[in-house]
Amino acid sequence: MADEVRVVIADDADLVTARAEARAIAERLGFPRPDPTLIATAISEIARNIVVHSGGGEIVLRPFEDRNRYGLIVIATDRGPGIRDVEAALRDDYSGRGGLGLGLPGARRLMDEFELESDAENGTIVTMKKWRYRDELARLREERRRRA
Amino acid sequence: MSVAILREGDYLIAAILSDLTDKEVVKLRGDLIDLVGKYRSRGLVIDVSALEVIDSFVARALRSIVLTVQLRGAHAVIAGIQPDVAIALVQFRLNLHPLRVALDLDSARTLLDHLTSGEAEDGR
Repeated sequence: MADEVRVVIADDADLVTARAEARAIAERLGFPRPDPTLIATAISEIARNIVVHSGGGEIVLRPFEDRNRYGLIVIATDRGPGIRDVEAALRDDYSGRGGLGLGLPGARRLMDEFELESDAENGTIVTMKKWRYRDELARLREERRRRA
Repeated sequence: MSVAILREGDYLIAAILSDLTDKEVVKLRGDLIDLVGKYRSRGLVIDVSALEVIDSFVARALRSIVLTVQLRGAHAVIAGIQPDVAIALVQFRLNLHPLRVALDLDSARTLLDHLTSGEAEDGR
């Protein structure tokens, strides 16, 4: 399995690095098209969120696999003031500062799983996952396991 | 900056050659708006085929360039959005209206010819 990648996010030039690293690791992991682009776009949004709202943080790109699936976990942390109303931030019409509030809900739609934790002391943590079944048999196996 | 801007008769062609930072995107918008005036361009093509990611910021910037250039009396066309990028934009649900697009540079020129035909020589 590929190693995890850590990208420090301090200013807008780091977004270019984050997008390139995201695409590269998604391709290494074997994600089919258009997933590497979807993953890189989602990561670009949360990286920009870090730059605009907190002034600094990091994004960890961590490969994962289990019996039936392979995928990528993205963990973005910042040291910012936190998001006051997390639910509102995930709505399409929310505008935190400057933006149109499209970033987070858009990123969520591009990924399979999306979680946001935020408080004034610890800043904001966004955890997103994208995964694929190894093959059709693995998908059926997983579905049967869920029904059982 | 990794954008090649060239003048082609009445048209201005801006080819983005590699991924841009947000600051470079904002600068590009200013540069293009100025150049359209300076050269009295009637059409602008922004070739984005080298962009592997177009996120909400870049999409909004492109939309803003198209609208602003229109207010300066020129037509603007975005050319060469990659297939995977198009899928991402739709899934993201970005509102890109009224972005005018073409498959590639050639189709963009044809579209501009169509849009500017019938306009007076300096009909602004």
